[in-house]
Amino acid sequence: MPINYYIFLAVILFCIGVVGVLTRRNAIIIFMCIELMLNAVNLLLVAFSKAHHAVAAINAGPAGTTAGTDGQMFVFFIMVVAAAEVSVGLAIIVMMYRNTHSVDVNFLNRLKH
Amino acid sequence: MNVLILSIFWGIVMMFSGIALKKKGIATGLAIAGVLILLLGNLGDMSTVVITTSTFNDMLAFRGYNVLFISIVLVATLMYFLVSGREIENVGTGGFDYYALIFFVLTGIVIASSFNNLLMLFLGIEIISIPLYILTGSDKKNLKSNEASLKYFLMGSFSTGIMLLGIAFIYGDSGSLAIVPAPSPFGFSFTSLPTLSAVGALLLMFSLAFKVSAAPFHFWTPDVYDGAPTVFTSFMATIVKAGTFIAFFRMFAGGFASVQGSWGLAMQVIIFLTLLIGNLTAVFQQSAKRMMSYSSIAQAGFMLLAIYAHNDMAKEGFLVYTAAYVLATIGVFALLSRVADPGFQGFNGLAKKEPLLAATTTICLLSLAGIPLTGGFLGKYYMLVATAKAGGPFWLVIFAVICAAISIYYYFRLIIAMYFKEGNPEMAPVSRGLKFWLVVLCVLILALGIFPYEVLLNNLLSL
Repeated sequence: MPINYYIFLAVILFCIGVVGVLTRRNAIIIFMCIELMLNAVNLLLVAFSKAHHAVAAINAGPAGTTAGTDGQMFVFFIMVVAAAEVSVGLAIIVMMYRNTHSVDVNFLNRLKH
Repeated sequence: MNVLILSIFWGIVMMFSGIALKKKGIATGLAIAGVLILLLGNLGDMSTVVITTSTFNDMLAFRGYNVLFISIVLVATLMYFLVSGREIENVGTGGFDYYALIFFVLTGIVIASSFNNLLMLFLGIEIISIPLYILTGSDKKNLKSNEASLKYFLMGSFSTGIMLLGIAFIYGDSGSLAIVPAPSPFGFSFTSLPTLSAVGALLLMFSLAFKVSAAPFHFWTPDVYDGAPTVFTSFMATIVKAGTFIAFFRMFAGGFASVQGSWGLAMQVIIFLTLLIGNLTAVFQQSAKRMMSYSSIAQAGFMLLAIYAHNDMAKEGFLVYTAAYVLATIGVFALLSRVADPGFQGFNGLAKKEPLLAATTTICLLSLAGIPLTGGFLGKYYMLVATAKAGGPFWLVIFAVICAAISIYYYFRLIIAMYFKEGNPEMAPVSRGLKFWLVVLCVLILALGIFPYEVLLNNLLSL
């Protein structure tokens, strides 16, 4: 399958995430949309990594090349960092919920003068 | 490498010593000791006395310029701890956790200033950001702090997503995560990137502009800086900003410098907007804290000029500018975090009550405004000359000069409030130690303006 399909799919997923972040008002849903963006990137990286490997394997044989491995490695780092971010982010949302009993970001307008 | 290992280690030490040590003041002492150890490690890095010579398969580089930059960051952190240690302890219980987070941020800054690989860029920026979300929300009962923290978190991870998409595009095009674009197999040198990489580079630039709060991606900055506890605003506006900037600098003035055709124009627009919005909005602020946050946006505009110019002069100037900006802003925030009312009227008559504090703040503000004999002036001078030498657009240089002139207005508002208005400002008691260190800070700023080579730049030549 051509790599273009993967690029389009990932970009569409990413855009759904961006639109969600910009339009939704519930902090948890915004958060899910951010995760969607990160996972779109993961998908894209894996696809690219496979494509680069396939190209290099034509010349060197499938066992003769490690091209494309760093893209897959990157995906693991993104997952770990996203997990760290989730743990901090959910803590922040819980902290806010304790004080306001709501997770609506429209509620947060004290700083706008 | 030393500083990287030691900062992680010391962060963990700070984290666990909070369990055993309960006495007040001990956390600050331990943190200052930690920064001194990091500085020693940094000296080791400069003279090849290192714990390990590993560079993670060339993903990090600890040589020359970035080592000197890290030492600026460490000296700034030392000054920050010395002047605001007590405030950090007062935010929570004992302050050990916050110091631990600050050391982890330093780890991130070390990675962000020495990466050779897009993976390390991502990790560095994230290690800087995640502890900051916590520091912003550290005043748990305060709704403003909660809001700032949530906003910062959502905006920060949103921009991380954009950065990752950019990195994925660059990777997809070139098949490697190296920060220098691959040379053409036919020996041509290109001045711009292929389409997919160019889109990736732009996305990367936007997300980094987001992190350094350059307009039009600055809208989170005033809210977050305003809502966070003032000590941590000071940290974010100075050390963290410098740390994120060096990542920006390394990426675009280092790796992508040869392909400026792909990002130069976008950078010009960002610089123009940052200078314009930062300076104009700062004029209309009624609160000194908010004014300082717009001032940090405006100063970011000048620092971006170094990235645009990316010649030798810009490299030197970037060091001078960062050092001057960081030290001066720490000095101003030291006063801000002790005054009860952050509005301009809260500073009325401060010169009568605390003449020394008013004097040091004035020197810091003069440096930020770029008055000669201060480090800030020299930094601005370097930026403008570097841009002109690099063949940057002349209108941009003129515009930057005009903006520097506008900035004098809002910095002087604070000076006028302190010296020429009557009033009795409410403020926390000021210890003798704080005054001493603020004077040291001012001496450093002036020394940087008068003897830049002796203080800083000769080190660059010897590296």
